[in-house]
Amino acid sequence: MPYTKRRRLVSSAVAVALGATALAACGSSSDDGEARSGPVSLTYWTWTPGMDKVVDLWNKGPGKKEQITVTVKKQASGDTLVTKILTAHKAGKAPDLVQAEYQALPTLVSNDALADIGDTVGDVKSKFAEGVWQQTTLGTDAVYAVPQDIGPMMFYYREDLFKEYGLSVPATWEEFAETARELKRKAPDKDLTTFSANDSGLFAGLAQQAGAQWWTTSGDKWKVGIDDDATKKVAEFWGGLVKEGAVDNQPMYTPAWNKALNTGKQIAWVSAVWAPGTLTTAAPDTKGKWAMAPLPQWGDGESSTGSWGGSSTGVTTDSKNKEAAARFAAWLNTDGDALNALAKEGGIYPASTSAQLSGAFMSPPEYFANQPDFYKKAAAIAETTAPSAWGPNVNVAYTTFKDAFGAAAKNKSDFTAALDTMQRDTVADLKKQGFGVAE
Amino acid sequence: MSSLALPKAEPTAGTARGPARPRRTALVPTVTLLLGALYCLLPVAWVVIASTKSGSELFSTFTFWPGTGFADNLSDLGAYRDGVYWQWMGNSALYAGAGALLSTCVSAFSGYALAVYRFRGREALFNVLLAGVLMPPVILAIPQYLLLAKADLTDSYLSVLLPQILSPYGVYLARIYAAAAVPTDVVEAGRMDGAGEWRIFSRVALPMMVPGLVTVFLFQFVAIWNNFLLPYIMLSDDEKFPITLGLHTLLEQGANTPALYTLVITGAFLAVFPLVALFLVVQRFWSLDLLSGAVKS
Repeated sequence: MPYTKRRRLVSSAVAVALGATALAACGSSSDDGEARSGPVSLTYWTWTPGMDKVVDLWNKGPGKKEQITVTVKKQASGDTLVTKILTAHKAGKAPDLVQAEYQALPTLVSNDALADIGDTVGDVKSKFAEGVWQQTTLGTDAVYAVPQDIGPMMFYYREDLFKEYGLSVPATWEEFAETARELKRKAPDKDLTTFSANDSGLFAGLAQQAGAQWWTTSGDKWKVGIDDDATKKVAEFWGGLVKEGAVDNQPMYTPAWNKALNTGKQIAWVSAVWAPGTLTTAAPDTKGKWAMAPLPQWGDGESSTGSWGGSSTGVTTDSKNKEAAARFAAWLNTDGDALNALAKEGGIYPASTSAQLSGAFMSPPEYFANQPDFYKKAAAIAETTAPSAWGPNVNVAYTTFKDAFGAAAKNKSDFTAALDTMQRDTVADLKKQGFGVAE
Repeated sequence: MSSLALPKAEPTAGTARGPARPRRTALVPTVTLLLGALYCLLPVAWVVIASTKSGSELFSTFTFWPGTGFADNLSDLGAYRDGVYWQWMGNSALYAGAGALLSTCVSAFSGYALAVYRFRGREALFNVLLAGVLMPPVILAIPQYLLLAKADLTDSYLSVLLPQILSPYGVYLARIYAAAAVPTDVVEAGRMDGAGEWRIFSRVALPMMVPGLVTVFLFQFVAIWNNFLLPYIMLSDDEKFPITLGLHTLLEQGANTPALYTLVITGAFLAVFPLVALFLVVQRFWSLDLLSGAVKS
């Protein structure tokens, strides 16, 4: 995206100024037991469009009864928001509630910015898929956030062009590669898709599907597995396709990419459940010509997917009303009306399983009117989401990914070497931050 | 110098018929400057043209061919979050206008004092300020945030205004300008006539310093108008955001929501106007050289 440079500049400037803080291991004290008297007002940093309207439902409904008023302060999303929250936390001024992407949770928790709200929200666990909930506990007994939206990955393709070229929808990655080659033979100027290095979330999701565990803990040490066998397999697969020219190597989200999708130069896209929104603006002329299928699998008969995107609602340690904030977070992400409004106003795909087939999700997205069971399929795919394992410096891994894989894709060079760089830099940064790292 | 590369201009033919014709336009410098101008103006032209395109035209039609969506873009922008865009525009005007004005006052006082008075530690003070010029303001944003957090001033208009009032570069410029434009003789003459120091400053020196101060004002105004990191750190309420920050939130709406490119482009386009207007209005002050004849040289 065009602001990437500035974003990096901002985050590195902020990081430099903050200085590398030695971080304590996960875990923070919570003082939920405090007695509350009188009305409470909470502030909430979020980037979801239309969140103020959803919060109005709370303020006029359950919030009024409980005398808890929430004020939305709309923010820009991205890594810089994490840095902003940490800066505010340093001054003891973080808002009561924050929206945070799943991969940012370990960073926030290791800086002691998020409170354990397990006592208040523990009983909503059943509303979410196991793999989704696990991301908010970080494998501990604590609960640091309530899942809001998820981005299960899927395979999108041009139904009409697949028919025209006699291609079938690939069920495995092997077939995917074959499909890409077959298309090249039949229409050399077209590409099945592109390998893009400008959004690390895509690669992380693909690795997650293959079973990668990038960050794990052993004892009180972090273990970084970015170069594990699963990730290597994914990197080699895409590196091979790029090298032989079976898929394109141009980045996504550029005007050229939009054009390639809109004109049918690229006829498929490995994306996530939110793709209809992106396609609506990127490829407006091809509305109704796309279809969605599960992601290709690594083995026959398997069914698993990765996630790309998604976020949660957390309560900060700076909040003076943690229990009230946690109650709001639970309502926001499990109440039927709230989720309906979130889907309508904010265009999110809810993490709560019961909401995935109700209300706004009974009919397909407008762009996919040709696929009436879009959301039914999506819910089934979401259930197969592989567990993910995030660590406290995902941002560093992501930045190195963009640099190393961006160069590798451009030069069509070795992806494994790029992966090694990513592993090395991530480990080095963890050590620099003062974490114990198991080799 | 690129002009040195030019072959010597041949004496133009026909000089006998009239006054010597002006030297032939130097080709290389002209072309270089034209390229430079193109380089600067092309992105502006892009913004102007892109702002007329609707969402579906933006990436699909020829880059420099105007689209049909300008009116829609404008009304969409005005409708976004109940017209918060105009609020941002107003905020930017407030931050930049009030900030630049206050900063110019501070610069004028300190620049004049540093140029005219001799006191112990003057050079040391000035050198510290010079060091401040070299310090990128970006580095100071976080410490300033932590300081203002102690005073409970974050997320307020003041939190963005206060840190921008002292501009080392402005003081530096004001001192240099005051030293050159306010002759010691004039100050002495004022004292002889019995004027107080304040009167000399406000009635005699200040008018002489106006062109320099206009420059300081413009520099500060543009710097604050374009500032991103300081308000980004300080503010969390988007009704207090300046335009830079507001447009940033339009771009970063989360992974599942496409960026509102057409709104951002139209917003950026409109945000240029106040700056252009300011330059056109203030430009004439530059040519003022009020009292250049006050002292015999």
